[in-house]
Amino acid sequence: MNLNFKHEWIETNIGLLAVLTMLAISVGGLVEIAPLFFIDKTIEKVEGVRPYTPLEQRGRDIYIREGCYLCHSQMIRPFRDEKLRYGHYSLAAESQYDHPFQWGSKRTGPDLARVGGKYSNEWQVQHLVAPRSMVPESVMPNYPWLLATPLDLSDVSGRLKALRKVGVPYSLTQAERDANTTKFGETVAAQLHIPDAQKNLVSQANFGNYDGDRSSISEMDALVAYLQVLGTMVDFSKYSDDAFVDNR
Amino acid sequence: MSEQKSQSQTAQTTGHAWDGDLEEYNNPLPTWWVYTFYATVVFAIVYWTIYPSWPFGKGWIGGASSITYVNSEGETKTHSWNTRALYLEDMNQAAAAQKPYFDKISAMSYEQIAKDPDMNGFIISAGKAIFADSCAPCHQSGGQGVVGFFPNLTDDDWLYGGSYDKIHETLVGGRRGYMPAFSEVLGGEQIDQLANYVASLSGIGHDAAKAKAGNALFHGEAAACFYCHNADAKGRKDVGAPNLTDSIWLWANVPATAGNEGKVAAIRGVIANGLNKGVMPAWAGRLSPEQIKVLTVYVHELGGGQ
Repeated sequence: MNLNFKHEWIETNIGLLAVLTMLAISVGGLVEIAPLFFIDKTIEKVEGVRPYTPLEQRGRDIYIREGCYLCHSQMIRPFRDEKLRYGHYSLAAESQYDHPFQWGSKRTGPDLARVGGKYSNEWQVQHLVAPRSMVPESVMPNYPWLLATPLDLSDVSGRLKALRKVGVPYSLTQAERDANTTKFGETVAAQLHIPDAQKNLVSQANFGNYDGDRSSISEMDALVAYLQVLGTMVDFSKYSDDAFVDNR
Repeated sequence: MSEQKSQSQTAQTTGHAWDGDLEEYNNPLPTWWVYTFYATVVFAIVYWTIYPSWPFGKGWIGGASSITYVNSEGETKTHSWNTRALYLEDMNQAAAAQKPYFDKISAMSYEQIAKDPDMNGFIISAGKAIFADSCAPCHQSGGQGVVGFFPNLTDDDWLYGGSYDKIHETLVGGRRGYMPAFSEVLGGEQIDQLANYVASLSGIGHDAAKAKAGNALFHGEAAACFYCHNADAKGRKDVGAPNLTDSIWLWANVPATAGNEGKVAAIRGVIANGLNKGVMPAWAGRLSPEQIKVLTVYVHELGGGQ
C-alpha cells in the first residue's frame, strides 16, 4: 500500500485537504441520493392523489403552526398492529404534494395519516377545543382560539404560489389549468387555480361548514377541512392488497 | 499493559515534523480491532446478498431471501424480502388464526352468536378492541356517550333503532342528524310554549298554560313537530327523531342544568337553533364486514339492544 504516499502532502496543503474532504463526504450522499433520480419504483402509481384545495392547504399551515406534528405522525407503517388501528399503510404517493411532509417518527398522540372521515366534524371541533371532554385520558392541549380566530384569507394565493415554485401543480395560466384538468379532472383543476384561490376557499368553507358556525370562516374550518381529507384520496378498494409490494 | 508496551518499543512516527521538532506518533490499531473491522466488511457483503441492497438500473437488487404470501385475490406469490411483503405474510398468519371465528361469524345469525358462549367470549374481546379504537372517541369507552354530542349506547333509547339490523345499518352507512332551526319560523313566545310542552312530557316542572299552547303548536301545522317526533311525541326511528317522553336527553343538557327554568331554557335552545349535527361516520370502508358484524353484536350487548 505504501506507494510513497504521505499524509503530510494532504495535511500541509489546506486546499487539497478541503477538496479531498469534500470528495470523501460526497460519496455517502451520492450513493444514497443519486439513484433516487433513476429509480422509478419509489412512488407508487395510484389514482386520486391531488394537491390540497386552498382551504385544506390553509388548514395544513395551521396544523404546522400549532405544532401538531410534534405529537402526531402521518405515516402508517406496514405492520399488522398499525393496519388494525390506523388503516392501510401510507404510500409515498400520498405525500407527494406535501411540502414539507409530515411523516414524523414520534407519536405522543395517534397517527393521523388516515384520520379523514374517521370522526365527524363536530367531534373534531369539540376535541380540538377541549380534548378531555371527548377523550378523558387525553393529554392533548386545548386549542380554543381556532374557533374564535377568523381565517386570514389575504395571503392564500401567495402561499399557493410558493408551493407551485417547489413543484406542486397549482395553476396560474390557462395552459397549466388545462394540464390539471387532464390530470385531475375538471372539479379538482378548478380548485387548484391560483387566481380563484380565495373564491374557492370561501365557497368550500361555506359549503362544508366544518366548524358548525356559518357566520364566519374560522381557522377551525380550515384545520378540520384538512384533517377530514387526510388519507382519503386513494380508494384502496380498487387495488389488490399486494399492489404496492414492489415499491419497497 | 498494551499501552506501556507500545510506548516502550521504538516509537513509529508519522514522519513529519512541525516547528522543527514537533512529531506525531503513528501507533498501529490493535489486532482484534482490525480483524473485527474486516469481519464487519464480510458481514456487509453477506447482508447485501440476502436483503435488498444496491440500486440497479431503474430498481434495486432484491436479494436472495424471499417471502411467500397469499394476496387478496387468493393468489400465492413469492417476492424478494421487503417490509410490505413481510406485512402481507403477517396478515395472512393472523387471518388464518382468526379464520375459524370469522367464518363462524359470517355463517351465524346475530341471535345465534349472542347465544353461543364461545362466540360471545370472542365478541367481547374482539369487539372491545374495535370499539375502543373506532367508537370510544365519541361514544366513550363504556358506550355511555356525551350529553350534547354523542348518544348513549347502553340505554334502551335508540334514535335509529336498536335491533341488530338497525345497528348494523348505522355502522355500515353512518348517520346524519338534522332538525330545522325553528327561530326562523316561530316567535320567541311560541318556542317558549313548545319548550314547556316538551318539558311536561318528561315530568319537568313547567308552566301549564304555556305547555297547553305548546301542545297545540306541536300538533299543528305551524310548527309541525309531529311530522318527525310523531303525534305521541315518541319519535320516529326512520328519520332519527328522538322520543321526547322518556326523560332521556341527548341534545339539550337537561340533566346537568339546575332548576326548572334552566332545563326549559336548554330545551328552548335546541328548538330555536335546530340541529345540524349528530353525524355518525360510515364504517363500511374502514372495517371489514366481519368486524362490523362483531361490533353490531358488541353494541347490542352493551345493554340496550332490542
